[in-house]
Amino acid sequence: MRYIPVTSADREEMLKKIGIHFIDQLFDMPTDMLTHLSKPLNLPAPLPEMEVMALMEKFAKEGEIAASKTSFLGGGINRHYLPATISALISRGEFLTAYTPYQPEASQGTLQALYEFQTYIALLSGMDVANASLYDGATATAEAVLMAKRINKKGKTVYVSCALHPHYREVLRTYLQDVDIPIVELAFDAKTGKTILAPTMMNDALALVVGYPNYFGIIEDLKEAREVATKVGALLISVTTEALSLTILKPPGEFGVDIFVGEGQSFGLPPSFGGPLLGLIATKDAYVRNLPGRLIGRGKDKNGKDAFVIVIATREQHIKREKATSNICTNEALCATIAGMYLTAYGKTGLANLAKQNAVKAFRLREKLAKIPGVSIPFSGATFNEFVIRTKKSGAQLLRNLLAGRQIFGGINLSVHYHKNPKDILVSVTEMNTDEDMDKFVHALREILK
Amino acid sequence: MIHSDTEKLIFEQGRAGRTGIDVEGVCLIELDDALSPELRRGPLAGFPEVSEPEMVRHYTRLSQRNVGIDDTFYPLGSCTMKYNPRINEAVASMKGFTNLHPAMPQTETQNAFRILWELEQMLNEICGMDAFTLNPVAGAHGELTGLKIIRAAIRARGEKRDKVLIPTSAHGTNPASAMLAGFTPVNIEVNPDGSVNLEALEKALDENVAAMMITNPSTLGLFETNIKKIADMLHAKGAFLYCDGANLNALVGIARPGDMGFDVIQTNTHKTFSTPHGGGGPGAGPVGVKKELVPFLPSPRIEKFDKEKFGKVLFVPVYDKQSIGRIHSYYGNFLVLLRAYCYLRTMGARGLREVAEAAVLNANYLRVSLAEIGYRVPFNRMCMHECLLTDENMPSGITTLDIAKRLIGKGYHPMTIYFPLTVHGAMLIEPTETETKETLDEFIQAMKEIAEEAKANPNLLHDAPHNTPVQRVDDVGANRPLNLNLRWKQQ
Repeated sequence: MRYIPVTSADREEMLKKIGIHFIDQLFDMPTDMLTHLSKPLNLPAPLPEMEVMALMEKFAKEGEIAASKTSFLGGGINRHYLPATISALISRGEFLTAYTPYQPEASQGTLQALYEFQTYIALLSGMDVANASLYDGATATAEAVLMAKRINKKGKTVYVSCALHPHYREVLRTYLQDVDIPIVELAFDAKTGKTILAPTMMNDALALVVGYPNYFGIIEDLKEAREVATKVGALLISVTTEALSLTILKPPGEFGVDIFVGEGQSFGLPPSFGGPLLGLIATKDAYVRNLPGRLIGRGKDKNGKDAFVIVIATREQHIKREKATSNICTNEALCATIAGMYLTAYGKTGLANLAKQNAVKAFRLREKLAKIPGVSIPFSGATFNEFVIRTKKSGAQLLRNLLAGRQIFGGINLSVHYHKNPKDILVSVTEMNTDEDMDKFVHALREILK
Repeated sequence: MIHSDTEKLIFEQGRAGRTGIDVEGVCLIELDDALSPELRRGPLAGFPEVSEPEMVRHYTRLSQRNVGIDDTFYPLGSCTMKYNPRINEAVASMKGFTNLHPAMPQTETQNAFRILWELEQMLNEICGMDAFTLNPVAGAHGELTGLKIIRAAIRARGEKRDKVLIPTSAHGTNPASAMLAGFTPVNIEVNPDGSVNLEALEKALDENVAAMMITNPSTLGLFETNIKKIADMLHAKGAFLYCDGANLNALVGIARPGDMGFDVIQTNTHKTFSTPHGGGGPGAGPVGVKKELVPFLPSPRIEKFDKEKFGKVLFVPVYDKQSIGRIHSYYGNFLVLLRAYCYLRTMGARGLREVAEAAVLNANYLRVSLAEIGYRVPFNRMCMHECLLTDENMPSGITTLDIAKRLIGKGYHPMTIYFPLTVHGAMLIEPTETETKETLDEFIQAMKEIAEEAKANPNLLHDAPHNTPVQRVDDVGANRPLNLNLRWKQQ
């Protein structure tokens, strides 16, 4: 077996050293548990590398058909160009095959990359401190609510915008169902697509959670959300599912958001059928000890040289066990390193231009679609690179027509999660969509709705 | 070899006007129509402007200040740092996988569903379980999922049980996961050899116990011989037995947790199934359960349907009413699971058995050899995939930390130190199956030199490591004052 270098000569010498004769003597366990003695595992036969490659290429080819179609899919998994430098750098074994940086002298590379990532996220979100990553945007949202509970002991209920990503709300429900934090969902305004924030309804509020932009692509009014949250004594949590929007929109920190969470997949990770992703979380300095997950700090070595190291580990499970702020151990460190590379590659002006391009392209397509008879833009709220269209057909039917006849993924059918809006589709436009793509989409929609 | 100088922060590099990738600007008038200026932020203050070569050099230099399995022997106990096959990386970068969007219609992504479904079947067989969810993205995430499944099953029975028993030698994630799942963790004392103390268990076991979490082999690297008895005791009281599968590498192809009486197991693909750990993640933590618990698995699950009935679609994500619900944005870490799938297709049953055999052989070879040169081996009996040493036989003043730091200087990544917490000065060494005997012999030689240096020149150990970018980092001092990013206001 090519990954296992033990030869029969090695085995003989080592068994002799150990003082036994047979491999089976190594397994100091009741014989009735030794499955391999009675019944070997029923698994597909092992394949040589060439055959594994051929098999996987065959699978990949099936996926390429879908992957090559024109796509306007977004909704939390965003399509962005990945600079070639990233895959070249991230496949370096020193990053790829390292473990959690518990030994700082042998891990300055990972540690510095994560410190730089924390700096990037703090700068982007306008918050004081970001951690070194959580699993994804959905679990980050759940962790943020649990964190809010640790800070705001008086609050009871979490108020969550109905316009927050539906999967995030589902994950939040799963996380909270056993820990006695009731969830109340806040409706959205049918005209603007923004969350309706009525302070009178929220007197027991622990935290208020809104998307920024929300699932409909609408940029929520965080100023108003802050005022309402303050009035009812709740922490304000903002959730960003399209991280690129942070490079152009006013940062959540500027509005006084208490905990920022988000999905960082836009920064260098392909859609990957939904994983791995990159959970972002950032907060105010006063709450740093309540943050879940790993934090990298800049300190000194014994000679006074700057050095990076894991800090306030006293919040973490390996030190505090049941008193830890979270159970998280393995996070998405490599994805955070990728995000740092992505933000570095684009840099200050590249990111700004990229975001502007997204905004302008989305705006152009929205304008063109709105002119098609039978298409309307149901929400008046401002958007970044995603927006909702409403047609006279059912969303499901329309998307089927777009795909079957024209090989276009036209967007996400919102009726799956919003039953009252069966004709709404969420359309995402990024730099990956060419003018021809957009014309093709406009043309197809015009035909279908004729 | 690791570099001995440091690298400037990226924020201290570059110059205004440079970029690492060219992006066209846009017409500002059109931008104002698209997104009103009052919603927009100012320039990205603090962001670097570096050219592509500067960017490549920065990250290359950072990588040279890091150590991975590709560089050197990395015997971190309980972490299973085995070789990460490159074919799996090649497959995980194929566009037919990376560019699949989870919102594509099911008909378009049958390849991904098939891989996930087949991986589930293989994991069922390897672990002796009835069903797996692949949605958890890390071991601890799997623990939380497994415990929530148990909680849902207990609720469905109409019972209220809120205690989870956890041996004191367990990983810290166990009690933390129990808390997060709304349980009260109860510590169970272990015998000196790390096995569960049956009397302590008997005493703690009542109608309020929902489950017990056991790592088998234990975190001391020893097989829990009483496991069936423990399972019977728990089952008699209506409680479940949870397996922390962190140490599954010792068992693959040899024995199955399901056959030992475990009801739930979380596996760690980045340990047992060779997916890279990436400096802390991403991982994947699939969770397997026995029949009684299947309805409670998280959503969505992938089910295979009859081709005749459903036409083209064979594999469909389903949402069970009794499910604990969604635990991840989509289907978990697909690209990580894809690597594990390739690994299993490469290994087959015979290959997996060789994994456990070689892993256990290597660990015992180290145990005997290191004991011979004077290291204290507290349990000098056959170990599983890892062996445990302590610093007890070292000259006074020489600690486990000194030994670990000296190993870094000698070009190794150290073993796990000071874990399990129940053993004073613990050094947990897990060689894995992918190391040659020559490597093990060189490591033994290095450990021998260290033992000699400890006597002859103890300062060499206290000052270690010497040739690294930074030396002995003050991890306590780094907490006061804290410096968590360049934006951080020092307190």
